[in-house]
Amino acid sequence: MMTIQTKQDGATLTLAIEGRVDTMTSPQLQQAVLQAFQSAGKVVLDFAKVPYISSAGLRVLLIGQKTAQSKNGSMVLTNVGETVQNVLDTVGFSSVMTIE
Amino acid sequence: MKELVVPAKPEHFDEVLAFVDGELTRIGCEACAQCEILVAVEEIFVNIFSYAYPPKEGDATIRMEIAGNPAVVRIDLIDQGKPYDPLQREDPDITLSAEERKIGGLGIYMVKQSMDNVTYRYENGSNILTLYKTVGKVEQHEA
Repeated sequence: MMTIQTKQDGATLTLAIEGRVDTMTSPQLQQAVLQAFQSAGKVVLDFAKVPYISSAGLRVLLIGQKTAQSKNGSMVLTNVGETVQNVLDTVGFSSVMTIE
Repeated sequence: MKELVVPAKPEHFDEVLAFVDGELTRIGCEACAQCEILVAVEEIFVNIFSYAYPPKEGDATIRMEIAGNPAVVRIDLIDQGKPYDPLQREDPDITLSAEERKIGGLGIYMVKQSMDNVTYRYENGSNILTLYKTVGKVEQHEA
């Protein structure tokens, strides 16, 4: 179960994610991220209410990052908790993603 | 020991995670270790329903044992599908940039990194993948 709240502020679109980013919920996040890049140059993913992320979620982050680069835009992760940060460190995403 | 047998299908994903989550919550498992174990179980169960049986169908068995204090959680994930050792898969290069990276291939790597030990054996027609994780002092568990 995942909910995504969208907030547009000029060219920046923030997606506030709530729930696990796992195999079942990742397609929903992927759709939201790709849709966001259609109307925004900068997409912010707010991870404050994400307890964990699996490899399916990492896949979406990489797709988002590649999409951002291909459009000369940017994707930023904010409010990343300890568990998610550990996963990002483990797979070397900390140096690939923009985390603020 | 607790055991859950479900058809190896995506529809049973939440049931599998709830089973493992319930046990870890019951013993008062530390949150970070709990999440790592759930992610590991997810990766393996997804592999089973994605690759072990299709185009046929079959079951997945999840066995959970918690021993000692500080406790060690042991989880067996068992299927009777095609013999396959996921631990033989080559590790991804995690130093590549976003452009150079391929999509996917991180699941098993994450499991290997986050667990204390992961073993695979093929026995009597079953793939048996076992996860071990020390979760520290816990409130209670079966003797």
